[in-house]
Amino acid sequence: MERRIRVLLAKPGLDGHDQGAKVVVRALMDAGFEVIYTGLRQTPEAVANAALEEGVDVIGLSSMAGSHLPFCRKLRVLLEQHGLTDRLWLVGGNIPKQDHEALRALGVGGIFATGSKLDDIVTFIKANLS
Amino acid sequence: MSDRKAKDLRPVVNESGIPIQPVYTAADVEATGGLSMLGLPGEYPFTRGIHPLMYRKRPWTMRQYAGFGNPHETNKRFHFLIANGQTGLNVAFDLPTQCGLDSDDPLAEGEVGRVGMAVDSLRDVEIAFDGIDLEQITVSLTINGSAAILIAMYLAMAEKRGYDLKQLRGTAQNDILKEYVGRGTWIFPVEPSVKLVGDTIEYCAQEAPRYTPVSVCGYHIRESGATPVQEIAYAFCIAKAYADEALKRGLHIDEFAGRLSYNLNIFGNIFEQVCKFRAARGLWAKIMKEEYGAAQPESMWLRMIAGGGGGGLTFEQPELNIVRGAYYALISALSGTQTMALCSYDEAYTIPTEYSARVSLRTMQLLIEEMGLCDTVDPLAGSYYVETLTNQMRDEISTVMAEVDTRGGIVKLISEGVIQAEVSAQAYRMQRAIEAGTFPKVGVNCYRVEEDDKPVEFHPYDEDDARLQIASLAEVRNSRDGSAVEACLGRLRADARAGHNVMPALMEAVKAYATVGEMTRALVDVYGRYREPIRF
Repeated sequence: MERRIRVLLAKPGLDGHDQGAKVVVRALMDAGFEVIYTGLRQTPEAVANAALEEGVDVIGLSSMAGSHLPFCRKLRVLLEQHGLTDRLWLVGGNIPKQDHEALRALGVGGIFATGSKLDDIVTFIKANLS
Repeated sequence: MSDRKAKDLRPVVNESGIPIQPVYTAADVEATGGLSMLGLPGEYPFTRGIHPLMYRKRPWTMRQYAGFGNPHETNKRFHFLIANGQTGLNVAFDLPTQCGLDSDDPLAEGEVGRVGMAVDSLRDVEIAFDGIDLEQITVSLTINGSAAILIAMYLAMAEKRGYDLKQLRGTAQNDILKEYVGRGTWIFPVEPSVKLVGDTIEYCAQEAPRYTPVSVCGYHIRESGATPVQEIAYAFCIAKAYADEALKRGLHIDEFAGRLSYNLNIFGNIFEQVCKFRAARGLWAKIMKEEYGAAQPESMWLRMIAGGGGGGLTFEQPELNIVRGAYYALISALSGTQTMALCSYDEAYTIPTEYSARVSLRTMQLLIEEMGLCDTVDPLAGSYYVETLTNQMRDEISTVMAEVDTRGGIVKLISEGVIQAEVSAQAYRMQRAIEAGTFPKVGVNCYRVEEDDKPVEFHPYDEDDARLQIASLAEVRNSRDGSAVEACLGRLRADARAGHNVMPALMEAVKAYATVGEMTRALVDVYGRYREPIRF
C-alpha cells in the first residue's frame, strides 16, 4: 500500500487561537493524510523535534497573533540543523501580504492566509509531494 | 398563501437547529409555553431586562477592547478613547502577560506588547491607568490564566491611589474554563484553575464587594464554533461550576452571585441572537432562584457585555465589516445589554487603528443618539416570532445543559477535551458549508469582487516598545527589596500548598513588586502545568 502523506500541524508561540488549525487538521484527515497535531504553545525546537521524530512530509504552522516571522526565522535554523529543509513547509492564518516574501525567502513553500479554501490546501500538498 | 405553496418554500433552520416558520401567530407563542417567562423589565424572571427603565435611564456602557505595546502607549490610547466619549475601558494584555511570563522570558521573545499591553509588575499597571478616574471609568481586564495576579495588581494600584476597595467597581474576565475550549491562555491544570477562580470570588466578596471578579464567556466558545444555544448552555454550566466552588468556601449565593457577569457574542442572525439573550436572561434568573436559592434580585440578574462579533467579520471586502458591526450593535442594543463593544472593521487583519476604533465607537453612539434604541425598553417584546423563538431557545439551552450534566458535567467534559472536539467539529462543518456556498457569507461565497490590496492599515509592531519594557522590568527588579519579594513568594507557595485562598499572599507579593512570571512560577511549583488533551 502506498505510504500516506504525513503532516505535522503546529501552533507556534503563545497564540491560543486554534479554531482554524483544528479545522485544517480535520480537512487533512478527511483527505486521507496522517496528521500529527501538536496543540498550543510550541517552541521552534519542539516543532523541529516533532518533525524529525514523526518523519513528516509536511510541516504546517498556524499563526493568528502576528509572531510568525520571528518564529519562522528561528525554525529555519533548526530545520537546517536537522536536515529537514527538504520538507514542504506551510504557514497559514493571519499572515499579511507584506510578510509573504520574507517567509518564502526562509523556505516556506505555501502560504494560506485567512480566507483560503480547505481544498486548496489539500490540492497544494498533493501537487507538491508527487 | 395556500398550504401547498408554503410547503414549496425552502426550509429555513437557524444556526441553533430550530426550524423557522414563514409566519408566526399567537398560537405559536402559546404552543411554546406562552408568556409565562416574560414579566416586566426589572422584575423576575427579567427576560425583558434587568432594570425597569434600562437605556431610558442610562445607555449601555461603551467599552472598546484596547491595549498594545508598553503601558505608556496603552495609556495614550485609553485617553484617546475616553476623549471620544467611551465610558469604560476593556484592557488587552499581550500573550506573555496572559500566559504568566515576564517580558524577558525566552518564550516571550517576539510577543511582548504585540496583541496587547505588556505587564510585568505593579509598576506597569500604575502607568497604564495614570490620569484615569477609576470611579467614572470602569475598567475591565481581559485576563484569564494569570487573572488572580492581575486582579491583585489592579486592586493594589487602586488602593495606592486612595480608592476605597469597598466601593471600587470593575471587572476581570477570569473565566479559565472557556480558555480550555477556545482562546487558549491557560497555565495551570483544570482543577487548581477552578480553585483560583473560587479564591478571587471569595476574596472580592469580602474585600471588594462591588468588583466583578468573573465574566463568564460564551463569547469565545461561540467564536470557536459553538451554536448560539451551545454558547449560552456551556457558559451557564461553567458559571455554575464557579458558583459551586464559591459555595464550598461557605459563602451564601447572595454574597457573590450579584457580582458574576457574562461576556456573550453578537454575530449571526439578528432574531436568533436577540432571542438568545432574552431566553438566557430568564433562564439564568430561574436557575439562580430555584436551583441556588438566591433571594436578592441582583443574584438572579444576567449582567452582560454583548459585543465583539469577530467570528462574523470577514477578511474579504473588509469595509463590509463596518456594516456588519452596525447590525451587530443593533442586536446588542435590542438585547438589553449592560455593556457593548464592537470588533473594528480591520480586526480580521490587525490591531484597530485610532480611526477604525472611532468608527466602532460612533456606530454605538449613532444607535443612542439617532436611531431611538434607548427610547423604550425591550422594543421587540410581544412579537409572535420573537416570543416563540425566545421560548424555544430557552428550552434548547436547558436541554443542552441537562445533556452536559448527564455526561459527567462541564469540568469533566472540558478536562477530557470532549467539548473542544465537539466545537471544532462544528467549526469544520461550518467552514465546509461556507466553502460549498450552502451557508451564505457576503463577499466570501457570494458577491465576491477581485481584490488586490486591502484598504487596511496595519498596526506596526514596534520592537522598541518591547526593548523598553524589558529595560523597565530590569529597573523594577533592581530597585525593589529582593528579600521581601522572596519572602512574599515563599508565602504564596506555602498558601497554595496548604490549599488556602492565595489572594492575600498575591496582594502582598504585587505590592512588593513581584513580577507576573515570578508569581506564576511559584504557583506552578505547587499546581503544575496544564497538558492539552488532543482529541478529534
